Amino acid sequence: MPVAVETNEKFAAYAHPERLVSTEWLAAALADGAASNGNLVVVESDEDVLLYETGHIPGAVKIDWHTDLNDDVTRDYIDGKAFALLAAAKGISRDTTVVVYGDKSNWWAAYALWVFTLFGHEDVRLLDGGRDKWIAEGREFTTDATAVTPAADYPVVERDDAPIRAYKDDVLAHLGKPLIDVRSTEEYTGERTHMPAYPQEGTLRGGHIPTAASIPWARAADSDGTYRSREELEALYLDEAGLVAGDEVIAYCRIGERSSHTWFALKYLLGFENVRNYDGSWTEWGNAVRVPIAVGADRGELPTS
Amino acid sequence: MTTSPALPTALAEIVNDFKELEERDRLTLLLEFSRSLPPLPERLANHPELLEQVVECQSPLFLTVEAEKTETGEVIRLFFQAPPEAPTTRGFASVLFEGLDGLTAEEILAVPDDMPEQLGLTRAISPLRMRGMSAMLGRVKRKIAGGVRPAV
Repeated sequence: MPVAVETNEKFAAYAHPERLVSTEWLAAALADGAASNGNLVVVESDEDVLLYETGHIPGAVKIDWHTDLNDDVTRDYIDGKAFALLAAAKGISRDTTVVVYGDKSNWWAAYALWVFTLFGHEDVRLLDGGRDKWIAEGREFTTDATAVTPAADYPVVERDDAPIRAYKDDVLAHLGKPLIDVRSTEEYTGERTHMPAYPQEGTLRGGHIPTAASIPWARAADSDGTYRSREELEALYLDEAGLVAGDEVIAYCRIGERSSHTWFALKYLLGFENVRNYDGSWTEWGNAVRVPIAVGADRGELPTS
Repeated sequence: MTTSPALPTALAEIVNDFKELEERDRLTLLLEFSRSLPPLPERLANHPELLEQVVECQSPLFLTVEAEKTETGEVIRLFFQAPPEAPTTRGFASVLFEGLDGLTAEEILAVPDDMPEQLGLTRAISPLRMRGMSAMLGRVKRKIAGGVRPAV
């Protein structure tokens, strides 16, 4: 049984307010026992694989983007069978309301939400502001291990990638339509091939996909880690990036995590129906043979031939 | 099969402690290490310019090494700083600190570069994250090879 959605003024302006919950809402839902009967499961997903163990929302379970969601051999996500095992082990049934939160403005939480969406999990929401806001507000936090009652069953659902995931060939076919590059300015211009102060992941070429607009992902987040208001997001993506209603959009970054945060904003907050996340992103494009690349601050032109 | 050179005693014991555990429990042990990383002494904490950042680590990690004269000769002292919200990075730093602090430059330089792999954590935390620890060890060794500043 899904849990009732939150209504508040900020969320009401978004295209899909049912995809967000506030810290107040979650605290009240937990106090009401929503998590005690399997209707609501709170998932923490962080960059650091041990951060959850240093403290988490009482009753929350951990899902790690590397070790739980990625296949450990092929560069791909886990399959339907593995996802069903993972979900059931975390106490999640197909009709469970899942609320995901994490560190760094929900960067990795949005990525986990996106992977849940690949499997068509109906009701998955983000905790607006994530882990840091919850802590800053002095809300209940614990290092106690969560006693999970595994779900009786989670169906094996094959991933449906096409609606929200773009492969390299999809991006090539998409060229000419809007692209959003969410990496740092230095990565966009080609000055560097990885995030400042982050590991070099072995990309041969620097720059961006020609015509992509540069909107670093964190600009969609306010200083408290919550998403910016609809008005502010429109200023960013419509006025600045030049998107217009009805556009098909592809967002990308370096491996698809930062762009999940932007994908969420475009799809659920601004209501673009056709937004895909290109998870191959720069680690694939910057190494691919004969794909077009633009360098410098200008968006660049598509090759004519 | 190639055999790695022997590790210094303290580090070898830590590696064994990890190896003897199930994969899941290795993470718990790394978390315990993250809690025991000592804070910087005041003289360094107040002088961040004396530390350098290891940019290959996912989270901010700063380190420095110093030479210290003892009755038996010169040894190397290690200093690490990483924020509490980066427990994995702190755990790696703490393993290197407990395993290498107070050894001679020669002993530390002889530690094989693939030592982090020997902890058996690669699958539990992912190869990308393990690279952070290799980078940390590499930086310690490079700093020592490049000449170490005596303690002030």
